Amino acid sequence: MEPLFVYPEYEIVRDRESCITCRVCERQCANEAHRYDEFNRKMLSDSTKCVNCHRCVALCPTHALKIKKSEDTYKLNANWTGDALNEIYRQAGTGGVLLSSMGNPKPYPVYWDRLLVNASQVTNPSIDPLREPMETTVYLGSKHAEIVRDERGRIKDTLAPQLKLKTPILFSAMSYGSISYNAHASLARAAEQLGIYYNTGEGGLHRDFYKYGKNTIVQVASGRFGVHPEYLEAAAAIEIKMGQGAKPGIGGHLPGAKITDAVSTTRMIPKGVDAISPAPHHDIYSIEDLRQLIFSLKEATAYKKPVIVKIAAVHNVAAIASGIARSGADIIAIDGFRGGTGAAPTRIRDNVGIPIELALAAVDTRLREEGIRDNVSILAAGSIRSSSDLVKAIALGADACYIGTAALVALGCHLCRSCHTGKCNWGIATQRPELVKRLNPEMGVERLVNLVTAWTHELQEMMGGMGLNSIEALRGNRLMLRGVGLTEKELEILGVKHAGE
Amino acid sequence: MRYVIIGNSTAATFAIEGVRSVDGEGAITVISEENRPAYGRPLISYYLYGKIPAARMNYRPASFYEENRVEVLLGARAERIDPAAKKVVLADKREIFYDKLLVATGSRPFTPPVEGLETVTEKFNFMTMDDALALEQALAPQTRALILGAGLIGLKCAEGILHRVKELTVVDLAPRVLPSILDEEGASLVQRQLENEGVKFALNDSVLRFSQNVAHLKSGKKVAFDVLVVAVGVRPNVELVRDAGGEVRRGIVVNERQQTSIPDVYAAGDNCESFDFSTKQNRVLAILPNAALQGECAGKNMAGGKAAYLGGAMFNAIGFFGSHIATAGVYEGESYVERGENTYKKLFYKDNVLKGFILINNIERAGIYTSLIRDMVPLDSVDFDVIKRAPGLMAFASKVRGEKLGTRRER
Amino acid sequence: MKVVYVNEEWCLGCHLCEYECAFANSGDTDMVRALKDREIFPRIRVEDGENDVHFAVNCRHCRDALCVKSCIAGALSKTEEGAVVIDREKCVGCFTCVAVCPYGAIMPDAEGKAAQKCALCTDNLMGEPQCVKHCPNRAIVFEDRG
Repeated sequence: MEPLFVYPEYEIVRDRESCITCRVCERQCANEAHRYDEFNRKMLSDSTKCVNCHRCVALCPTHALKIKKSEDTYKLNANWTGDALNEIYRQAGTGGVLLSSMGNPKPYPVYWDRLLVNASQVTNPSIDPLREPMETTVYLGSKHAEIVRDERGRIKDTLAPQLKLKTPILFSAMSYGSISYNAHASLARAAEQLGIYYNTGEGGLHRDFYKYGKNTIVQVASGRFGVHPEYLEAAAAIEIKMGQGAKPGIGGHLPGAKITDAVSTTRMIPKGVDAISPAPHHDIYSIEDLRQLIFSLKEATAYKKPVIVKIAAVHNVAAIASGIARSGADIIAIDGFRGGTGAAPTRIRDNVGIPIELALAAVDTRLREEGIRDNVSILAAGSIRSSSDLVKAIALGADACYIGTAALVALGCHLCRSCHTGKCNWGIATQRPELVKRLNPEMGVERLVNLVTAWTHELQEMMGGMGLNSIEALRGNRLMLRGVGLTEKELEILGVKHAGE
Repeated sequence: MRYVIIGNSTAATFAIEGVRSVDGEGAITVISEENRPAYGRPLISYYLYGKIPAARMNYRPASFYEENRVEVLLGARAERIDPAAKKVVLADKREIFYDKLLVATGSRPFTPPVEGLETVTEKFNFMTMDDALALEQALAPQTRALILGAGLIGLKCAEGILHRVKELTVVDLAPRVLPSILDEEGASLVQRQLENEGVKFALNDSVLRFSQNVAHLKSGKKVAFDVLVVAVGVRPNVELVRDAGGEVRRGIVVNERQQTSIPDVYAAGDNCESFDFSTKQNRVLAILPNAALQGECAGKNMAGGKAAYLGGAMFNAIGFFGSHIATAGVYEGESYVERGENTYKKLFYKDNVLKGFILINNIERAGIYTSLIRDMVPLDSVDFDVIKRAPGLMAFASKVRGEKLGTRRER
Repeated sequence: MKVVYVNEEWCLGCHLCEYECAFANSGDTDMVRALKDREIFPRIRVEDGENDVHFAVNCRHCRDALCVKSCIAGALSKTEEGAVVIDREKCVGCFTCVAVCPYGAIMPDAEGKAAQKCALCTDNLMGEPQCVKHCPNRAIVFEDRG
């Protein structure tokens, strides 16, 4: 029985007519799926090793390679699918928890795709963003300011610290360790160029990146890896990570193999030893505890930096957000169940949490109802795939959106979902030097800047179409959305009318 | 400014370019004994071999002299330099006045004093295109050719004419071919290849006397021949400078700026000495790249520029019938040897620098070795174990490599 | 003048540049037809070393190019812009240039009859250096660094 052969899910298909045996595929596959047969002078492929990352496909100069979904199948069964069987075979062989990477791939409803955006016709003219001002700048932070005057009657500035974004996009938390130095460098430099922010995740901040501090959000998570006064001081904002959309309720696990010298120094943990982030913060069991941490961090940074609290979108997200909004947090980040990860237990990733669209709408509604919406800004995260997702998120109530997966895709990620193997052929989710160098930050920065610039243009066009010229006018403006094919309940939660209404 | 150049080969051509890189105005006059524009001298054997037609042998495009506004006196022989009057007197008594003069007269074949040589009717040198054309006229399918000298010129001549003659013998006093550039092992490999092509050798031997069409060798052998090529060596053409009072040792003595001891008279090329930094001595380095560098240096300085030629090293790249040989420097110190069926590599190193090399049929990237010699790169600054096996930039330190590949250097 | 520069920090040793170079100079319009089942003789060559060090080497287009000074046939010359080019009609294949180039960037051509070197794709129909265009990691760039 052992080992039980499971036919690979994908097959490498080589067009022999086109293959010039340049061996680029062989040299570029860290999984060693390709090799050269010296004797017969031809390339051979082993589909069992292929993770379908498309590195070879992308680099093959004669386009002689493609990866096909295998036709191999067990007897078709709508219930006991091939995937279900294979996972059982694997677990029966290993006795272990199944690991996965990147976002939940299961066919749950994508509400973005059931929401449609409005446009002006006749009575409320649309705005041409090429000819007229179209403001995409947003300020994140608590807007809850009282008017207070000093003894001479001048208005005192009581506004909490704000993060200024030239466009309502931030790069999601991705730790150095889970992604490579060059991926980090790309994100940091792109954020600087774009006038936005990237997020360290809980991997600490590499010394080389302190210079991008003005565009850096540093994370304080349950493992408290890499947290020290200088780290907090270096940043523009501090994010307390309570949860992650891809794996709500559990902590993190960075395998020792990824903890190289530099990662170990940056995280302030031993080299080569697995880094475990606990499921809860061991000092937070209530909103009051959270408030303590928030104010500890504010105290440590002289109340100059906004504090973000990031939570996974779960069942009671609205109530939780309400608590956070009262805890002193400046910004709440909500991460939906399709958010990415460098590694998560498959069952958790695929079955825990709720869609960001519903969570976002529920939180925005709840905070408004309670009159505390202005206490906080709201960041939506968890699979924002395009500028239209962004527009819809803002209309549902987000101040801005985190993009993680989209940023990685811009850097070359092909969503093979093998991050946890540490052999990312695109130089992103790896610490192996020969793979890390595959991502030249100069190109990475360019591609990230291009992506965000493109999205910003599209955002401006859609806003103009709606007759809006600022993010403020779009934020929470659910009249700009209509649902299609949604139930009454879904529409109610989303707070939008059905198309045609 | 009047620039006059005596000679019209490599040094002269580069001198013209050197002058023009500084001075676009002054008049340039070239006194050329040969009746044709400059051509690649070493090409004459390739011409006979059929590798290049005469029409493509010009060293520069047809428009070169016109574009550079050079007056070329073809078929004109300089007889005398009058440094006091700053003029060159030609054989036809014409007088050419100069402000700056370059003597780029090269060298001429040496004819050994052999008894009966005057009785040989069909005898040739192998230096110039005229030599090659005359030799070509004398060859017929039934010709038996005898070449005196198994050096670079003799063997290139052999390659050039072998397919045009019935029989070809090369005689040399030395016990091996290419004695000036090859060691015994390398020479035997090259000799074997040439013999496989049909060249016959009489080495360690010499001609005692000629009697018309027969060469009587010291070994007792007699070689009957129809055509004789004398290629035993060359002598630098130093007389013009010596007779004008300039300092001459083995070659014309010049400083780093290519100035002779006579004011405003420069010399460059095979007629003058230069510093050989592998032997640390002055000697005549009669190789083409040297002539080019010296000529360019002289030209720039004549025109008021500031150029220096600090010296060179012996260096040769040659080949026969598809084989390729590259050699450089001096053969002293320790050595590293690699032998293949048809290949030979020998590197010589001493005092932490590469001193010389012999490469036969594995010359790829040999220039990297040449640069190690030329730049006197300390061998402990490179990975010699790597570079001795295959010349490459990998053996250099990463930083050095970064400079080599990331900046545009002079050379 | 713009020339090709190589930064080994980003060279992956994939050797794509060699194949793109061989194709660019094949005169063919189809890479498969040009290169399939053939040994290639590119003008850019990748060196692979230990510790995953790789870098490509091609002509540096030296200002004061030794190869030009050493060519016995006058086949090597500098263009007005400063590129070192070879006239293959004039080259007799003595390979003196091969033996002087400090970068090892001139090599015998496929037939071994003449020398070949990078001319920055000015001598083919590609219009721009193909090694640069196709380098997946921008390890090879075409820049004017003075």
